[in-house]
Amino acid sequence: MRSDTLRQLLADRAAKRLVVLATDLDGGEGRLLYPAEAEGGGEGLLAAAAEAARADRSRIVEADDGRKLFLHVHNPPLRMLIVGAVHIAQPLSRMAVLAGYDVSIVDPRHSFASEQRFPGVDLSDDWPDEALERLAPDQRTAIVTLTHDPKLDDPALIRALASDAFYIGALGSTRTHAKRLARLREEGLTDSDFDRIRGPVGLDIGAKSPAEIAVSIIAQVTEALRRPPAPAEGAP
Amino acid sequence: MTMEPVAHEQVLETAAAWRAAGKGVALATVVATWGSSPRPVGSQLVVDEGGDFVGSVSGGCIEGAVVTEAREVIAKGGTRLIDYGVSDEMAWSVGLACGGKCEVFIERLE
Repeated sequence: MRSDTLRQLLADRAAKRLVVLATDLDGGEGRLLYPAEAEGGGEGLLAAAAEAARADRSRIVEADDGRKLFLHVHNPPLRMLIVGAVHIAQPLSRMAVLAGYDVSIVDPRHSFASEQRFPGVDLSDDWPDEALERLAPDQRTAIVTLTHDPKLDDPALIRALASDAFYIGALGSTRTHAKRLARLREEGLTDSDFDRIRGPVGLDIGAKSPAEIAVSIIAQVTEALRRPPAPAEGAP
Repeated sequence: MTMEPVAHEQVLETAAAWRAAGKGVALATVVATWGSSPRPVGSQLVVDEGGDFVGSVSGGCIEGAVVTEAREVIAKGGTRLIDYGVSDEMAWSVGLACGGKCEVFIERLE
């Protein structure tokens, strides 16, 4: 690999830009590919890079001319955006950091999102929809709403559904969730949107304490990340 | 208490810094694995001309061999693509119950 290629790769990683290094295994020439920035998926190699990035798996592929190329995926870091600096957010944010996520917590209620309650975590006191607009969730982002409060959770969910976030979860009982979906339907959202919202949030493991609920959420987020549903036939 | 995010290995950063300091540098990358290989595809090791290294491509059983190859690549150029079998015996000695295999690509940072 050339030093200037390496410097560019490091700059891309620092800028949290998805980059795939394609290295010719017979000679070592390296080329940087940016599958997320290509129009319409791109030709063979770019499409292979996009697929490797989506699976988050580096791999060897064979180019059209028979050369073997190693596609080394450098995905931007995983992020978790938590709406509601409530009790559950405390263990959840700590567990998410351990699992490799950059965590941001959004809550416009000052006494909730305090540095004292969440030492070292990125905190925002913007309204959730404004905060999510600024944080620009992408396909490496999980979004979890925890407030139960429609005026905080609903705008967050509407903005979340407009993004490519790989996971969207909303805390609340089955009844709370049904009422939530009824409100969101009035805002023009549909069943296909609702299929993306995990509610009640978390795997059903009988969790009771905040830490246990955080475990169930982290487990569900991990499943969504590592075992994504296969795209439906004929889906765009 | 504050929590640091899980530290990511600074292998490529180290490679760039060593090269900028004028050292001869080679990168070793796991490009394929079979069976229970200890480190996943994409794991990297950076080696300088003196044999100092950062990172890992296995649980410790092939690092010595990789460093030796890498120093040759630094001296002579070119690239190497090497299969390493982890024999059951070797695997036991580093605490792995079963053998795996991995393919490592070694290149000089030009």
